[in-house]
Amino acid sequence: MSTLHYMRRGMVASIPMIIGGIPFGLLFGSLASSYGLSPWFAIAMSSIVFAGSAQFVALGLIALHAHIWVIVSTTFIVNLRHLLYAADMVKYVKHLPMPIRVVMGFGLVDETYAALRPMYGAGIVDDKTGHKAYLGSFLAFYVMWNTTTILGVLSGELIPGMSEWGLEFAMVATFIGIITPYLKTQPFWLCMLSAGASSILLAGLPNNLGLLVSAVIGVAVGFWADILTAKGKGKGEAR
Amino acid sequence: MSLLDSTLTILGMFVVTFGVRFVLFARAHKVVMPPFLEKALRFVPVSVLTAIISPMILMKDDHLHLSLLNPWLLGALAAFVIGVWRQQQLLTICVGVAVFFVTKYAFAM
Repeated sequence: MSTLHYMRRGMVASIPMIIGGIPFGLLFGSLASSYGLSPWFAIAMSSIVFAGSAQFVALGLIALHAHIWVIVSTTFIVNLRHLLYAADMVKYVKHLPMPIRVVMGFGLVDETYAALRPMYGAGIVDDKTGHKAYLGSFLAFYVMWNTTTILGVLSGELIPGMSEWGLEFAMVATFIGIITPYLKTQPFWLCMLSAGASSILLAGLPNNLGLLVSAVIGVAVGFWADILTAKGKGKGEAR
Repeated sequence: MSLLDSTLTILGMFVVTFGVRFVLFARAHKVVMPPFLEKALRFVPVSVLTAIISPMILMKDDHLHLSLLNPWLLGALAAFVIGVWRQQQLLTICVGVAVFFVTKYAFAM
């Protein structure tokens, strides 16, 4: 099968999340212009940094006149979850040439990980084809994110108040669309409930630390529940 | 922001973002993942994404906003129910967004 075939597969698997990302990109562009930032700043951030939620956090900090190192270190913390995605993907990239790994690293966003990881898991792609599907998904997101940023900057200047429409809800709906297919066993439910509850309880912590701590709590609870259920099964069922 | 500040901000954000995403890929042929870590990593997406959106859904101005007049809560509940029930991403996203906007503008009137 051709490279294009697999790239198209990666794109198709990403379509729902691309649609969910469109309002989010528009919002980013329009927020940047409502804060009086140069259009080039917003465009450069989307094309060079390419990090959805971290870009929003950075805008908020810029509006508060935060120092550059605060912006950069907060970006680091918000994006730390990608280290965990990368850790999970290591087994699928270790045989690839370095330039491909560089592009894959640059494009490792929530949505591409969410679209591609299940394809590897289900055997739809493998060591030889997975990175092609991955690059297709990345390319589709990159084009969407940058196009909507530009459109958002332009429309933000034409339609004042657009940033108050609640377009960021699209991100919430997209993330729910990523989460729900996982909820097939008890450990995943417990993981979700504990991460959600801790994120509310810890929302007061500075610099988005609550996010990081809650993520670790959720993973620990899921992992622990998984081990307990495996043990329970081993004892209860004679197989 | 001055041009220098803008450039430094974007450069700094690029370095930490790309660094976090690439560092393990760069050493991928040498990194050995212990099996327990592999197991734990399966819970990362659910955990991280839930922790990002829960405060957005349930809080308003640093306080819990558990009300049936909260469009964020209603939209998220609708998306969640559809997502668990039908397992179709596009449907989940569209229903959630539709419920959010309808309730937001209905309650604003």
